[in-house]
Amino acid sequence: MVTCVMLGLLLGALINLNGSGHYIQWGFIQMSLANLVVIVLMVIVFALAIVLPFPRRKRGNR
Amino acid sequence: MSIDTGAPPSPSTQDSEDSRQWTARVRRSAESAFPPDRLLPDRQPAYMASWIYVFGVLTVVSLAWVIITGCVLAVMGPSWWHVSSVGLFVNSLHLWSVEAFFFFMVIHLWGKFFMAAWRGNRRLTWVTGVVSFLVSVGAAFTGYLSQQNFDSQWISTQAKDGINATGAGAVWNVLNFGQMLMWHIVLLPIVVALIVGLHVLLVRRRGIVPPFELAKNGDEPEKAAAGTDPA
Repeated sequence: MVTCVMLGLLLGALINLNGSGHYIQWGFIQMSLANLVVIVLMVIVFALAIVLPFPRRKRGNR
Repeated sequence: MSIDTGAPPSPSTQDSEDSRQWTARVRRSAESAFPPDRLLPDRQPAYMASWIYVFGVLTVVSLAWVIITGCVLAVMGPSWWHVSSVGLFVNSLHLWSVEAFFFFMVIHLWGKFFMAAWRGNRRLTWVTGVVSFLVSVGAAFTGYLSQQNFDSQWISTQAKDGINATGAGAVWNVLNFGQMLMWHIVLLPIVVALIVGLHVLLVRRRGIVPPFELAKNGDEPEKAAAGTDPA
């Protein structure tokens, strides 16, 4: 648990979340920067899941 | 149901009578639909050796964490999760489990959409996945309304006009904290758990959808996905 708290403090020091949110506007579309970051992360993870090879167990190692 | 005449029934008569009872019929159909090796298979088809297939189980694991941390929050109460450091930590675990749940579920949804995972008589599997996604959105929304802070006040006052415009506000009032809390901790979790359970059972019943190439080559989707191919 201490590790998690320390990790949270470190991440909190990198990104200042203690303020009003940032928003992106494109015509009538408005989205928070946080939501956009999450969507971009999902697309990246989706692409990596398709591209990266899945580890296989070596034959005769069972 | 049989009438007890006092005479001992012959084994064959007893068997035929027992086999017609609803308990026996349910047992037979359950055994037929979910034989143990299909319910908990040792191996999966070779085409499942891809990272894209892990997001379903990651979603289920996240849901388990959501339920576990939610139970702890329910036991301890709002004064604990708002004030104490451990309470704040468990509250954050609950929030981030939900974030992970939706993160993994959306990637799972994208993967299954591009696989056309409703092929091979898997329509109900797809539909239960869609319904569980929609109900989960409602569960998350009522969770935001149950935080008991300025954030929940802001979200509820912003949402009320939209909900009222649909007419649902007559019976589902987002400004009614007690109603939203009950929906969040009783009704919606039960529905999500039941639908996700049914979804997983259907995945076990119908198997994982095979790639387009396998289905095109004439392999039976059910046979190919029955979990018998060596991985």
